[in-house]
Amino acid sequence: MAMMERIPAAGLIQKFPGGKFFLASSEAVLKWGKASSLWPMTFGLACCAIEMIATGASRFDIDRFGAGVFRASPRQCDVLIVAGTICVKMSDCVRRLYAQMPEPKYVMAMGNCAISGGIFYHDTYSVVKGTEALGIPVDVYIPGCPPRPENLLLGLMKLQEKILNEENANNRNI
Amino acid sequence: MLTTEIFDLLKAKFPRIAKEEGTSAVIIPKELLLEFGRFIKDAPLIFDDLHCVTAIDKKEKIDLVYIFYSNPLQHSLTLKIYLGPEDPKVESLAAIWKSANWLERETYDLFGVTFLNHPDPRRILNPYDWKGYPLRKNYSAPNFIAKPKL
Amino acid sequence: MADLDIKEKKDIFTEEFLINMGPQHPSTHGVLSLELKLDGEMVLECTPHIGYLHRSFEKLAENRTYTQFIPFTDRLDYVASMNNNLGYCMAVENLLKLDITDRAKYIRVIVAELNRIASHLIAIGTFAQDLGAFATPLFYCFREREKIVDIFNEICGNRLTYNYIRIGGVQSDLPKGIEEKIKNFIKYMRSKIDEYDWLLTYNVIFLARAKNIGLLRKDIAINYSVTGPNLRASGVKRDLRKDRPYLVYDKFEFNVPVGVNGDAWDRYKVRIEEMRQSLKIVEQALGSLPQGDPTVKTGRVHKPAAGEAYFRTENPRGELGFYIVSDGSAYPYRLKIRAPSFSNLAVLPELIKDAKIADIVCISGSLDILMGEIDR
Repeated sequence: MAMMERIPAAGLIQKFPGGKFFLASSEAVLKWGKASSLWPMTFGLACCAIEMIATGASRFDIDRFGAGVFRASPRQCDVLIVAGTICVKMSDCVRRLYAQMPEPKYVMAMGNCAISGGIFYHDTYSVVKGTEALGIPVDVYIPGCPPRPENLLLGLMKLQEKILNEENANNRNI
Repeated sequence: MLTTEIFDLLKAKFPRIAKEEGTSAVIIPKELLLEFGRFIKDAPLIFDDLHCVTAIDKKEKIDLVYIFYSNPLQHSLTLKIYLGPEDPKVESLAAIWKSANWLERETYDLFGVTFLNHPDPRRILNPYDWKGYPLRKNYSAPNFIAKPKL
Repeated sequence: MADLDIKEKKDIFTEEFLINMGPQHPSTHGVLSLELKLDGEMVLECTPHIGYLHRSFEKLAENRTYTQFIPFTDRLDYVASMNNNLGYCMAVENLLKLDITDRAKYIRVIVAELNRIASHLIAIGTFAQDLGAFATPLFYCFREREKIVDIFNEICGNRLTYNYIRIGGVQSDLPKGIEEKIKNFIKYMRSKIDEYDWLLTYNVIFLARAKNIGLLRKDIAINYSVTGPNLRASGVKRDLRKDRPYLVYDKFEFNVPVGVNGDAWDRYKVRIEEMRQSLKIVEQALGSLPQGDPTVKTGRVHKPAAGEAYFRTENPRGELGFYIVSDGSAYPYRLKIRAPSFSNLAVLPELIKDAKIADIVCISGSLDILMGEIDR
């Protein structure tokens, strides 16, 4: 039932002896599947990584939203959570990790550093001013320094909402 | 041992050293460094721990700062060497204290102080092909946005 | 056939090969890259590459006033922010020759020791995770850490970057009723540390993975300027809280736990024991917490007289030093951060040499390095 509530284009619920079935477009089911099993990458850059682990741990439990399977390899991931400051030396690596992820892929910029450089915007010579400065498109921005786990979960739900309402999901423009 | 006792002991061995005004640092000429290092590592001073190496860019000169600590005797020593701002060079202490290896690499990376006979004379924090020495006062980077002052 | 055999044997040869571990690797505790030269299972050589999180704190400090730099110290060693605040503020107070009130000293000790426990919890949890105990010990450790985070949240309103200790005291007095919560936490935490002992410390698999791995000899540790629990695990009894007591540490009774062999298990064990000692310190500090004002009235802009000061404090990872040069203005002329993890990581090639490939994460995990303060 919960599944049907979350699929916007879910069609008729029909009863038949011994159960129920429902009709929906295949695209809607696909979107629902994508949104409910986002696999993030274990990619902690700086301080925000600790809050990311805290979100994954038992108190906040990101698994409740289907995004608890942290993978170490970019090839198995759907969502890149940029958790921390991107520095010049690291920038090539971040770009390559993003390129290695299979489509469809989503990016969450967690924390002010990943959004714009944060408190390291002024007076530094070695900090990249945000994820978008690297040419990586960002789907969800999560402000905070660092964002609280509740905030990260909200960001995740926003991303799920975005995926569910995505038009033309198969030809996502990058 | 007290700082004054250490200084007297060192002064007896190395007459050319001096005390810096305002701080308790000992200043030595740079050519003495290796000999000085070997001396303070052994008894009676036993500075077995090179705790910190850094530099201060004072525009007309660069102060190289070493901080030593002795585990058995629990005393410490701050050592300074004055270098010219143009192409500063000094002997490496990495043969005596292993910790000098990375600490000196960091000082080279950020200040451009060259350490002679260093086992691994590369940059450490900045990318290996980085240009310039960031903690010099006259350093300017292309993407450097200064914060308005108070 | 015989000829063929001989010929084949001649053709069989082994070759060294290079692999890169990191900077994106789940077990490197951040963005550390290790270049490993391998001969089969054995590591012949290891070269760490650091600097992937070089945020240029030292350059930033030159363009911030003394007070403005406090939030940056939170982000140095981000799992022990209180201890960093403490080290920096004490260095500046040293330069200013500023005395703080007794209550502030006690509050500082309480928060610093609680933060030490939180930091060691992360160290233990991630170390166990590195050894393959997937998630369970980490989740247990984070469960306890959340209790400390809740206490800090109530004290200063933040979960990770506290910015609580200020020049001249602390941000604000302890909220009402927090003493009771900390006392409850001490009771709770004591039983949980015992739980770790039967879950991990004397677990056969854990012992097999960590005992006699990554032996760090006393003389090598000192020569590399290793400090903190890693040095104490090698049998050197060096703790600034005992040797050169700052704040009011000389008023409390506590032991400095010391290891025997200096292997990965000893480093882990020293951290477990240190948590017990920290609980003891917090308990004593709460028992004798003086009344009064926790802050000294100072302006927001400090202008220390021209001079230099070097001040060290005992951080969870070792000795954190701040070398501050003042030219009499409101901005530090030069600020050097002597990060404990920097020197602790420098010893890694020595430990990994001739180790098995499977032990690399065990050794690097047991050193409890943190890239935020290594790269600065």
